[in-house]
Amino acid sequence: MTILDLNPVIGGALIGAASAVLYAFQGRIAGVSGILGGSLKGEALNWRLPFLIGLIVSAFVGSSISDLWGIDDPFVNTAPRNLMTLGIAGFIVGVGSRLGNGCTSGHGICGVARGSKRSISAVIVFMTTGVITAVVSQHVINALVTD
Amino acid sequence: MNIIIPLISGLIFGFGLMISGMTQPGKVIGFLDILGAWQWDLMGVMGSALVVNGIGYAIMKRREGPLLSGFQFPNFKIDLDRRLLGGAALFGLGWGLAGICPGPALVSLATLKVELLTFVGMMLAGMLLMNWLDSRG
Repeated sequence: MTILDLNPVIGGALIGAASAVLYAFQGRIAGVSGILGGSLKGEALNWRLPFLIGLIVSAFVGSSISDLWGIDDPFVNTAPRNLMTLGIAGFIVGVGSRLGNGCTSGHGICGVARGSKRSISAVIVFMTTGVITAVVSQHVINALVTD
Repeated sequence: MNIIIPLISGLIFGFGLMISGMTQPGKVIGFLDILGAWQWDLMGVMGSALVVNGIGYAIMKRREGPLLSGFQFPNFKIDLDRRLLGGAALFGLGWGLAGICPGPALVSLATLKVELLTFVGMMLAGMLLMNWLDSRG
């Protein structure tokens, strides 16, 4: 284990670059919930589908990246949840991201980067409820949410 | 070209998610669970992404339009409203429950694990419900 693990910073820079490229060339926002939600309406599939395909296909190169980068498993989960919890969480994430017009990528990375008051507010709110829920999930109802 | 840019963006976005560790829900929970053994990773990811995207945005702000012709910058909403804040509150609740959000969920689909299929399936259901409610006006 390295003393200073820079993978988060490197990965984050790639995420930022991907978002910047999409905006710079086509003026589009790399917000996954917006892209996915809009695709479900059948809107602007000409660019949304390629983005989603890129996102999904990137994982198939995942094992190669792991070997290159020295990550054991990009998908390991040290905080597993049972299927009921995952289903509920997924549903709430789906509803919340559409209602709030964004998620960690749309608001957190794209909106905040341009100083959007809406996005900064959204991030403050979802970080707050995220922290509260995570603390409760881990320390109060942990037996309920894990297997 | 019009298809290539989003495709490449999606690919790099996915690589970034995997390399940064954000496809590991344990690391997300590790960040959000401030009472546990705190993991700084998500903060590093966000900070780094914001710096890079911020630079890109600052450069583009001086321009009339995007680099490719035929495209425009969006008109952004400005005012806060209950939908935004209520939605964000809900999103955070779902996110803090399992440590999974849309981007990493889609990237993780490749594992074909039943956990991810369940999450993504229900996430799509939630999105479809919201789309349907919105269409009814």
